[in-house]
Formats: sequence, structure tokens, C-alpha cells
Amino acid sequence: MEETNKMEEPNKQEEQTSTQKIGIYLWIWGLLFVLSFFSYMVDWYQFQGMLRWSLILFFMFLKAGLIMAFFMHLFWERYALVNVLLWPMTAIACFIFLMNAEFQYTLFSRFFYFVVGGA
Amino acid sequence: MSEQKIDGFELKPGFKGMASDTGSDQTMFKGVHWGKAMMWIFLLSDTFVFSCFLISYMKGRGSTIVDWPNTSEVFSLHVGGVPVPLLLIAIMTFVLITSSGTMALAVKYGYEKNRKMCGWLILATAVGGLTFVGMQVFEWSKLIHEGVRPWGNPFGAAQFGSFFFMITGFHGFHVSIGVIFLFIYTYKVFAGHYETKKRGWFTKMKGDYVEIEILGLYWHFVDLVWVFIFAFFYLW
Repeated sequence: MEETNKMEEPNKQEEQTSTQKIGIYLWIWGLLFVLSFFSYMVDWYQFQGMLRWSLILFFMFLKAGLIMAFFMHLFWERYALVNVLLWPMTAIACFIFLMNAEFQYTLFSRFFYFVVGGA
Repeated sequence: MSEQKIDGFELKPGFKGMASDTGSDQTMFKGVHWGKAMMWIFLLSDTFVFSCFLISYMKGRGSTIVDWPNTSEVFSLHVGGVPVPLLLIAIMTFVLITSSGTMALAVKYGYEKNRKMCGWLILATAVGGLTFVGMQVFEWSKLIHEGVRPWGNPFGAAQFGSFFFMITGFHGFHVSIGVIFLFIYTYKVFAGHYETKKRGWFTKMKGDYVEIEILGLYWHFVDLVWVFIFAFFYLW
């Protein structure tokens, strides 16, 4: 890469003055448009069930990854910063897992007491 | 950026670099402006706020025994008498992505000290954000007119309204704050504050184009959150 050669020059590095080539931003921009169009098509063609959910999640994570990696420059950052930002996401994953169990229990008890008329 | 040199020290790439950066007994984020690091920490905390909203939405939607409103009908627009599902939301998504793209280019031109291009692109970003907020106002007033309230609505489960207003409202608030700052920074760029190293009004930090990247991080984050809201709230 060219910008790394630029940085080999000693004592030049003050802040991150890196500029990527314009092409990469235009590419990511275009990709985001295409992916958004695809995720809109998921609704347009009324895909249902697992197909719908997996497509939505696939396009969502792809778009989120592209934005974070290239627009927010995480792809070029040092691992010390990247890891500080990404590991806390596992806590969110745990929370999703917990609340998933929780809403299923709530749904079960609502069916049991409101619909079946339990007690 | 893995082969950087700071003050003559070569920084190791990858996980080894992470270990040596973290254990260096110095600043941990090598070569990262402190303002940028702080913006990242703020965005991390904001991620948790939005996650809590979306997770509570998952919990609320999953546990109701009443059918959830069909979002592609609720958010459809009538074009020539034909309902087009999610039309406004799709346009809003494209507007926000466009503004994210112009912001990314503004950051690039900022670092290249191209003042004019940087300023115009930030202005374009601000206009995009303003358009987004305007369409959201239209969407809200349309739904309120149709009887959607935080405590109930004519389409299905009563929880729909409260989650809708809370999640899109909090996101729209972020966009609005972002638009205000985009206009302020448009002025700062065109006025040449980063050429003259004029100090900011919140800080004694000397003006530098890194501020545009920090602003850009916030704006991309707003776009990022919308990606998740679009997927979970509108499409799911």
C-alpha cells in the first residue's frame, strides 16, 4: 500500500493524516446502495419465515460491517482500538440471548393465564 | 495502518501490537487523536443505549399475544392510488446512506486539506440529514393522524406505538443533533478554522481536520444505527 510507504519516513507521523483513495469510498457507497436495495426487495417480494429473517440479518450485518470497516476506518485502525470497541458487543449478544429466553417465558405465561385460563 | 512509526518507534501490527500498545505504560491508542478515541468511547456507550431499546423491542414484540402490526402495510405510501410498501422508509434509508457517503468523502478531502470540497461535502451531508429528519416528521405526523399512540393503535399490538416513537424518536434526535453540528462545521471549514488552527469553543484544542473525522464517526454511527432499525423494526 502506498500510504504505508509514506509513513516509513521518520518523524513524519503526527496524527493520522491518512487518506485512502477515493475509489474505495465510492465502491463502499455503491455497495451500501445495492445492499439496501436488496434488503428492500426482501419486503417487496414478501419473503416469509426463515428466508426473510436470514436475508434481513445477512444484508444488515454486511452493511454494518462495511460502514464500520471503511467509512469509520476501523479496517485501518490498530487492534488496540478495534478490540476495545468490538469485544463489548459480546455483552450485547448475551443480553439478547437472556431476553430471548425471557420473552418466551412471558409469552408462555400469558398464553397459559390469559388464553388457556390456567388457574 | 499496522506499520506506523511514532517518534522513531516502530509499532507492531496485529494482536502483538495490541499487546504491546496496551502494555506500553503510555497512551494505549497509538496514533489516534484523543478526541477520536473519546468519540469512539461515546459511540460505544451509545451502542449500548440503542441495543437496550432494540432488545426491549424484541422482548415486547415477542411476548405479546396480540398480532404485531404488519409494518409493510402500516408504513406504505399511496402512489397514484396504489399502496407501495415501505416506500418512505426506503427513500429515508437511501438519503441517509447518501449523506454517509458524502461525509466519508468530506473526511478524505479534509485530510487532503481541500477546504472547498470538504466544506461543500459537509454541507451536502447536512442537507441530507435535514431531508431525513423532514421525512421522519412527515412519517410521524402521518402515523399520529392514523391514530397511532404510545398506548395503542388501530393496527394490532398496543406496544407498537411506544417502541416506534421511542426508537425512531431517539434516532431522529441523534440525526437532528448531528445536523446542527454539520452546519456548524460547514461554517468552521469554510471560514478556514483548520488552516489558521483556530481553537474550538468547547476546547483549547487547536483546530485540525481530524475534527472532521470525529464528526464523521458520529454521522456514520447514526447511519449504522439506522441499518439496525431498518432491519429489525421495519423489515422484520
